[in-house]
Amino acid sequence: MQMGKRPIAIVLALGLSTAFSTTAFAQDSDQLSIDGDTLVTETAAPDHLENLDTIYSGWRFRTDETQALQIDDFDNPAFVFIDKAMDSFNAAGPNGASCASCHEGGPEEFAGFTASMPKVMDGKLTTTEDFLNAHRADTQEAEPWKWSGGDMQGMVALLGLQSRGMPVNVAIDGDAAPYWEQGKEIYYTRYGQLELSCANCHEDNYGMMIRADHLSQGQINGFPTYRLKQAKLISRHNRFRGCIRDTRAHTFAEGSDEFRALELYVMSRSNGLSVETPAVRQ
Amino acid sequence: MASGVKPRVKVPKTAAAGETITIKTLISHAMESGQRKDKEGNVIPRSIINRFVVDFNGQNVMDVEMAPAISTNPYFAFDAVVPEAGEFKFTWYDDDGSVYEETKAVAIG
Amino acid sequence: MQLTRRNMLALSGGAAAATALGLPAYASAAQDAIAAFTGGADLAEGAVTLTAPEIAENGNTVPIEVSAPGAASIMLLADGNPTPAVATFNFGPLSPSRGAATRVRLAGTQNVIAIAKMEDGTFQRASAEVKVTIGGCGG
Repeated sequence: MQMGKRPIAIVLALGLSTAFSTTAFAQDSDQLSIDGDTLVTETAAPDHLENLDTIYSGWRFRTDETQALQIDDFDNPAFVFIDKAMDSFNAAGPNGASCASCHEGGPEEFAGFTASMPKVMDGKLTTTEDFLNAHRADTQEAEPWKWSGGDMQGMVALLGLQSRGMPVNVAIDGDAAPYWEQGKEIYYTRYGQLELSCANCHEDNYGMMIRADHLSQGQINGFPTYRLKQAKLISRHNRFRGCIRDTRAHTFAEGSDEFRALELYVMSRSNGLSVETPAVRQ
Repeated sequence: MASGVKPRVKVPKTAAAGETITIKTLISHAMESGQRKDKEGNVIPRSIINRFVVDFNGQNVMDVEMAPAISTNPYFAFDAVVPEAGEFKFTWYDDDGSVYEETKAVAIG
Repeated sequence: MQLTRRNMLALSGGAAAATALGLPAYASAAQDAIAAFTGGADLAEGAVTLTAPEIAENGNTVPIEVSAPGAASIMLLADGNPTPAVATFNFGPLSPSRGAATRVRLAGTQNVIAIAKMEDGTFQRASAEVKVTIGGCGG
């Protein structure tokens, strides 16, 4: 039997009031330490967040078994893809140049990079995926990678790992302001036949159960994240797409300007939490 | 060879003679179960790693027969005794005939 | 399959039959696998330690750990999967604990069963029910 292909729809059809369980299982109080480094999974919400006092990493909403997969870099399956990305970092492109040809210090040169991404570069809001494809074209004369492909997300994760433990700190003012406003607009817009906004689940009802899912705040400080469901690294835009699709809407495309803006806004909601890349989620 | 298969193995570099150590292994592999269908409704054929063997200096630690119920990117953690200095050999056997190998030396110290 | 009234009735009938036998739908395949492994020998309990989560957030990757000191081999089964076989561990002289941890796929809430063949030729068993969360926000 095709069980629950769109389970959310059935419940929500009964009305939102009954969709969210009345029994709240809030975030737990576990502490995330990896190789002796303690990560910030709970902190005061940044000033621009009007409706939350405290922000929590999605790690705090997972079961002990899922949490355990992230506290040891060998148990975390994402690292085999980071190993592959390291090979790719050193591999020559079509014109003979590798990432390592310029970045002789290795991926470590990118310490801190992910903590401030996405950001406006050359007048355009730029994600890590945009940055990588631009460099592939300019310095390696290579074809662009697919947004959510294994090569791309492995490299996004390898760069992200260099910022693990550093606080997320994306800029929302100056050049970034119009993109941030656009992203905020998307965050609070109800989409789809179910008429759900990001905020309905991840701001109004985090900690509650929506059917069998324990809702987090939808923080994206751990992306790309190894998702047990797909058993691979999942991009931020792929997760946005999945969420909006579950509202029974036509979604924006991965790599669209709408999702770039949403990524900036949602990442700004994580300002102050540690970069957790690569996280492990259910 | 299935494309992009990459093993990872974690073994301590040194041990005392006769010491029990913990080993962890993971290999990137889709472990296609043979139960799934593609968009046209055709069954996607099974393609898994069906056997995993761990030896040390020719002596066996374990030999695992694997079914499609083993998750994508197969992971194993287990203990092994290190009787003397030598080398662990890890071998994964793929349905398609490919064999993936990895070795790790352990010194006594 | 579409959940029409007719096949809902058919399902209920099937479920009733399974309940009458006290077995989930695939359990007989698991029983067959156990019989093939043990040759019908008696199964004792107590020597096998099986660790599995009570609730798995996703059935695609469920951590399972099994050990049985003194075992020559351990067969791991999932009695609610389309085919119950998960893995069979054959231990060599350098395995001190006769055990291993791995990650398995469970198609739904079901029992994970471990059958150990001890070095003296006797058999031991342990089982654990894992509830698998279905009906969350699909990827």
